[in-house]
Amino acid sequence: MEIKPPQDGELPIEPSQLNMGPSHPAMHGNIHMKLTLDGERVRDAEVNIGYLHRGFEKECEAHCWQQIFPYTDRLNYVSPMLNNVGWALAVEKLLGVTAPPRAQYLRVVLGEIARICDHLTYLAAQVMEMGAFTPYFYCMKARDWLWDGLEATTGARLTHAYVRIGGMAWDLPPGFKEKTLELLPRVLGVVDEIDALMTRNRIFLDRMEGIAVISGAEAVGYGWTGPCLRGSGVAYDVRKAAPYLVYDKLDFEIPIGKNGDNLDRYLVRLEEIRQSARIIEQALAQLPEGPILIDDTRVVLPAKAATYNTIEEMINHFKLVIDGIRPPKGEVYSYTEAGNGELGFYIVSDGTGRPVKVRCRPPCFMGMAALGKLIKGTLIADIIPTFDTINMIGGECDR
Amino acid sequence: MSQVALEKLAARFEAAVLETHGFRGDETAVVEARALREICLWLRDEPSLAFDMLCDATAVDYLTYPGRGEKPRFEVVYHLYSTQHRLRLRLKVLVPEELPEVDSLHELWPIANWLEREIWDMYGIRFRGHPELRRILLYEEFVGHPLRKDYPKEKRQPLVRRPEPEIAEVLARRGRARPILDLANPGSPPKR
Repeated sequence: MEIKPPQDGELPIEPSQLNMGPSHPAMHGNIHMKLTLDGERVRDAEVNIGYLHRGFEKECEAHCWQQIFPYTDRLNYVSPMLNNVGWALAVEKLLGVTAPPRAQYLRVVLGEIARICDHLTYLAAQVMEMGAFTPYFYCMKARDWLWDGLEATTGARLTHAYVRIGGMAWDLPPGFKEKTLELLPRVLGVVDEIDALMTRNRIFLDRMEGIAVISGAEAVGYGWTGPCLRGSGVAYDVRKAAPYLVYDKLDFEIPIGKNGDNLDRYLVRLEEIRQSARIIEQALAQLPEGPILIDDTRVVLPAKAATYNTIEEMINHFKLVIDGIRPPKGEVYSYTEAGNGELGFYIVSDGTGRPVKVRCRPPCFMGMAALGKLIKGTLIADIIPTFDTINMIGGECDR
Repeated sequence: MSQVALEKLAARFEAAVLETHGFRGDETAVVEARALREICLWLRDEPSLAFDMLCDATAVDYLTYPGRGEKPRFEVVYHLYSTQHRLRLRLKVLVPEELPEVDSLHELWPIANWLEREIWDMYGIRFRGHPELRRILLYEEFVGHPLRKDYPKEKRQPLVRRPEPEIAEVLARRGRARPILDLANPGSPPKR
């Protein structure tokens, strides 16, 4: 952008530097932006990430395959269940095993609950940082209801570590199905409230519409996936493009936007909550009975009675705990649709109980890579809603 | 499905494709590092393939991998995706320890800029032609490349904290002398 030479009577303008973050109330997850400003307009922006780096990939190389679940909880910490599922599917792909049908349905149900929580957190942050504090509490209220169900199932509100390689840790608590079915309409009621409060709000629309536009082709070039890419009109969703678990047996739609602006990214997520609720209802209706873990003691711990009463199973248990599951030599890339898009795990095994390499493809890393370009030419005030629509989660982006 | 892409690639760049294999439905081609840019450009622009998304790029350090033989230490791994044809392909280039350099792909896919910065940060592999190859997740003063297999997980970094004697001196000047801890030998009695 050119800086206009001063007209008669005007003071000369010089570009100024402004550091936003890493500790800034709106730069949640710790982001640093070095802005070059022309008045209030952003001429140039350098986005720096990494303030939440904990060495996830290095730590994984020192642990057994099954010990990595708690670490995945801390990737995208607003939808940890989806990361659990992503990791389990990656190791299962390497092993060449499939979880039993009931476990697959449970993964879908709990995963979609996590997706609703993810999008509710996004909505909460989006509206709060634009000054609308009341809807924030509405979103948190609905998220808390859903977390109650997750807590009753897994024992933790956030760090579930509930999925296992080859299935799930244990079955649902009694009454889960009824409670969830009763809860979903109430959650959707909250979403309708937000919709009514925000989507018809003059200030909200003015700050979202036509701001930070990215075309579908550009978004693909930046490796965007998930709701952000769909906001730009590209109907790519892993659940439809390469169905995993039982998504091919469920009827749902992929909402897409047209313009690729902030408003589209918001609307897509709003609609995705409704679609996730549809998925949960159908999956609960189809939920089969049966085992929740595969019957393969190379992967799953033997039954406690057998462990304590037979020497073979005792040895087996010991070997699994100390040495870990031993997948064959090889490499796989497994990908699932997480809250922010394609969550990929590229894993390399040398046949031992510990991975040689664990690469996590974080979807919001790609969003952040394009952020500098997105906010160029906008006003300082536009940075905050734009950054919110990327839904950057530090734990996932920085790992 | 992706077999198609692998066959076309092998037919078009016979000399540059060193090895191909499929495992659990993932198709992989190991290609000459010299031809990487040309191959990627073709994969992106060939209409029947149209790999428009660089889904992921990372590296692997095979220093401790058993039975590796004479193969170079590093591999840089690219995962490509075609949104139009829903094809996936994994490309790998072998990178020797002595000259860890690969051509940058940032002009083909803009996301390569950040992905390559992360590989440089974590593995110390340089990318020729990259506009600003600097660390991305770690800080500038970080010493070493932590995802290399010879980087110990517990290694300390210079900027983690100020040296003990320095802290003691700062506090002593304020009349608050305190014992100096020997960080190299945890558990040893503090010096007075």
